[in-house]
Amino acid sequence: MTALLEVDNLGKRFGGLHAVAALSFTVGEGEILGLIGPNGAGKSTVFNLINGVFSPNSGRVAIRGADITGAAPYRVARLGLARTHQIVQPFAGMTVLDNCTVGACFGREDLSLARAREAAREAIALVGLENRLDAPALELTIAGKKRLELARALAARPALLMLDEVLAGLNPTEVARMVEILRAIRARGVSILMIEHLMQAIMSLSDRIVVLNSGRKLSEGPPAQVAHDPAVIEAYLGDPGMVQRRPS
Amino acid sequence: MLRRPFFWIIAAAIALFALAPHGEDVELRESLLLAAVYITLASNLNLMLGYAGYVNFGSIVFFGLGGYFCVYFMGSLGWALAPSLLVAGIAVSVAALVFGLGILRLRGVHFALATIGVNEAVMAFVTNFEPWGGSTGIYLSPELFQPLGGPAQALWIIYYLLVAIMGVSLYLSYFVKRSKFGLGLLSIGQNEDAAAVLGVPTPRYKALAYSASAFLPAIAGGLYFFKGAFVQPADAFDLTLSTEAIVITMLGGSGTIVGPALGAYLYEELRGWLLTSETFANFQLVVAGVLLLLIVQFAPDGLMGFFYRRWPRLRRWLE
Repeated sequence: MTALLEVDNLGKRFGGLHAVAALSFTVGEGEILGLIGPNGAGKSTVFNLINGVFSPNSGRVAIRGADITGAAPYRVARLGLARTHQIVQPFAGMTVLDNCTVGACFGREDLSLARAREAAREAIALVGLENRLDAPALELTIAGKKRLELARALAARPALLMLDEVLAGLNPTEVARMVEILRAIRARGVSILMIEHLMQAIMSLSDRIVVLNSGRKLSEGPPAQVAHDPAVIEAYLGDPGMVQRRPS
Repeated sequence: MLRRPFFWIIAAAIALFALAPHGEDVELRESLLLAAVYITLASNLNLMLGYAGYVNFGSIVFFGLGGYFCVYFMGSLGWALAPSLLVAGIAVSVAALVFGLGILRLRGVHFALATIGVNEAVMAFVTNFEPWGGSTGIYLSPELFQPLGGPAQALWIIYYLLVAIMGVSLYLSYFVKRSKFGLGLLSIGQNEDAAAVLGVPTPRYKALAYSASAFLPAIAGGLYFFKGAFVQPADAFDLTLSTEAIVITMLGGSGTIVGPALGAYLYEELRGWLLTSETFANFQLVVAGVLLLLIVQFAPDGLMGFFYRRWPRLRRWLE
């Protein structure tokens, strides 16, 4: 079986800095893959390399076997890959409905305007913004904008949804609500690749986790295994052996 | 679409323009003719400025080039008016597509500067292009008015054609805004990177909008310079008219459908008043400049933006 998304030996340099180096992983159909790592590990850069915002210096990205390495973002979107941004990017002056209609119109299914409005309404209902349909995006709260960002990506009816810290900045109630929404999305057969700092949430949501540190893959596996990997603990908390070794 | 109020509002505006001046009322006709030209320029500029968010300071290059093509086809090649206008429109749209592919990689201030550059480059080219008369331009023989029934009747025909072009411009604004293409353009105007990530083919859409916004102004330019039976570089590529088109669009409300028309009509009235007043003659551009400053500073969404905020229901009616 070919994977939905294949990332093979991906590399990106900014000047002398290796932001991402020799990174390979796959996302299977229907899978939720978590991408974690300390700040500056290169997680968002990986997203930008996959969806074509940046071109990689080396390596290959493919969706269902189709090579999309270095393809423009709008071509990648057409192939069924949607994403959200860590810093929300709403079309501030447009209504919630219009924001999501853009996502639906130009997404995988190339819908007509009328059909796109239906798809947009569906996505908006799924994230629970249906009572704000005609509100301009700029009037939403941060939590509202995060949900809009998600709805807009969903409206494209993607095969793979890439989520860049959709839980960041939300309060515990909002987080719980968002986690429920993500489970509902996954139940519809959408695969998810997500970056997240909230460990509890990502550990419970993900089927597998890839840990990134300084642009390289540090560890990969089921959440429980990754959480006990000494290399991961060291990257996050410092050297676990340090306490024992400290001279008394 | 016959059910949409806007269709009828445009139809009424066209009828008003067509019926208001008649017989000897040449003064009113000339004033409305200029208003129709302004509305055409502003509505088409609005496709780029208001929808896609790209400031085109050199939009007048379409008008001037259209004028040159048309006058050349008629005067030197002996074509009739209709094919000259049509081919001029198509030629300028194709030229715009070529310019667009070059300069639409730029954004913001850089794009705005490049549009001025395009206008200046074309003007410099035409000034040195002998088949088009170089810096002296092209004069048309008055005999060319004969097929239209003599100069007096020709002026009326030109007027009605310009009103028709104005009407088509308004309908074009409307259809683009209500289409998928228009939604894509609006999203580019809001946040181009986010639009691309959502799948909007941004380079193609921008180039198409830029090219489409050239077609009708080129035809209007053809009619305008045919009317004067004379075209020269300084008139055809006068950045003043470009700037006025921006003031008009911003005054009425950029990105709205009715705004450019409303702004154009008000601006033409104001201009007429300034030109005839003794104190303010030749003051029109100063006023335009001050107006632009005030709008950008205090009412960036113009008159229609103000109305829509005041009466939100109006937007459903008019957009």
